[in-house]
Amino acid sequence: MNNVRVLVGTRKGAFILTSDAKRERWDISGPHFAGWEIYHLNGSPADPHRLYASQSSGWFGQVIQRSNDAGKTWEPVSNKFVYDGVPGTHQGYDGTQHPWEFKRVWRLEPSLTDPDTVYAGVEDAALFRSTDGGQTWQELPGLRGAKGHLWQPGGGGMCLHTIILDPSNPNRIFVAISAAGAFRTDDGGQTWRPINHGLKSPYELPDASAEVGHCVHNLAMHPSRPGVLFMQKHWDVMRTDDAGESWHEVSGNLPSDFGFPIAVHAHEPNTIYVVPIKSDSEHYPPEGKLRVYRSRTGGEEWEALTNGLPQSDCYVNVLRSALAIDTLDSCGVYFGTTGGQVYASADSGDSWAPIVRDLPAVLSVEVQTLR
Amino acid sequence: MIRVVLPTHLRTLARITSEVELQLDGSPTLGAVLDALEAQYPMLHGTIRDHVTQQRRSFIRFFACGEDVSHEPADAPLPDAVALGTEPFRIVGAMAGG
Repeated sequence: MNNVRVLVGTRKGAFILTSDAKRERWDISGPHFAGWEIYHLNGSPADPHRLYASQSSGWFGQVIQRSNDAGKTWEPVSNKFVYDGVPGTHQGYDGTQHPWEFKRVWRLEPSLTDPDTVYAGVEDAALFRSTDGGQTWQELPGLRGAKGHLWQPGGGGMCLHTIILDPSNPNRIFVAISAAGAFRTDDGGQTWRPINHGLKSPYELPDASAEVGHCVHNLAMHPSRPGVLFMQKHWDVMRTDDAGESWHEVSGNLPSDFGFPIAVHAHEPNTIYVVPIKSDSEHYPPEGKLRVYRSRTGGEEWEALTNGLPQSDCYVNVLRSALAIDTLDSCGVYFGTTGGQVYASADSGDSWAPIVRDLPAVLSVEVQTLR
Repeated sequence: MIRVVLPTHLRTLARITSEVELQLDGSPTLGAVLDALEAQYPMLHGTIRDHVTQQRRSFIRFFACGEDVSHEPADAPLPDAVALGTEPFRIVGAMAGG
């Protein structure tokens, strides 16, 4: 019997939504960690009962929670994220140098093979790793060596929000940082280099094609084709076919190429999803119509998916970690909004229905397919 | 015996429903109370003060006998009433956020 577990992080707690493979009736548990911001929660591919959650608060800072029973019970593990050595400085909003200062964990990415190994992407941007289930964290400082002094915060802060572990090469990891760009390691995290050739940011950077500084919002990869990555940048939807050596734009006929999340279909590596947003100053869908756009051609040619989504007076946003897919035979697609809805499609996006309508603002959505 | 009152979210995190009771040797100071609290409830590390610098988090305040002692040095002694347990030491989340 297949089941689906949707892990939802919100401004005021976490929620776990479960269903069978039909994905019609849902059980909802939560709020877990009520009143706290849950930037992300994620499950281990190696042990689906092992979950990690990033819990934070402006008052009490960062807490990391771990569950060994699929979220029924939780235990706090270490929240000690200390930068390696003297962390140095990065650019601030005003162009002056600011010292690196830990603020929160944006993303938790468990290892593909070991439930006790988990990566944490943090603000101010850095990558940490735990190999003991979150009891201790060590920074991978080589990343900040990739011109970290030139990185600067995006509108949401200087956050490392995307971590992609290459399933074909355990030494290769991709990360993305706002506003620094995309980076890759080929030696397990010791050394990193920017992979931003082809990105253009004429409205954001003095040098539109700078090696670092681009506001990358999200990356996505299909596990069968780890050299192909798709990117939702601040503006522009981009694609690389050589693991980030060069990027080209695939925005095509999108009504707006601004947006936050991007995802790849579970069984069609050339089918991708984005949620266009009007602009960087107007964070809501163009024309008040909530539309997921799907390309079956790996970009350039896009179709609007509207069946079941509000097509008038809709002014929510869909944040960068709030779009996810399941791997059932008929691929499920899920996204959460800042209005507190979580929408699901059990047919690759052809039709949609809300699982829940009135949660706090959704920060992240992850899906576990349980077999 | 020192009595400590925590804000609601930290009580939830520490899995307690009422005051904390701490046993300290000698004359208690602000720093010693926080050290003892974190030793008894390790999950509170980093939620009241920074792991490394030991600086109080911005939206946390400390009260003893109705007085705000947030800016006292860590080695400042607490009032006798707190030391004797007749008054609690209060850790308060600031009213902020709107």
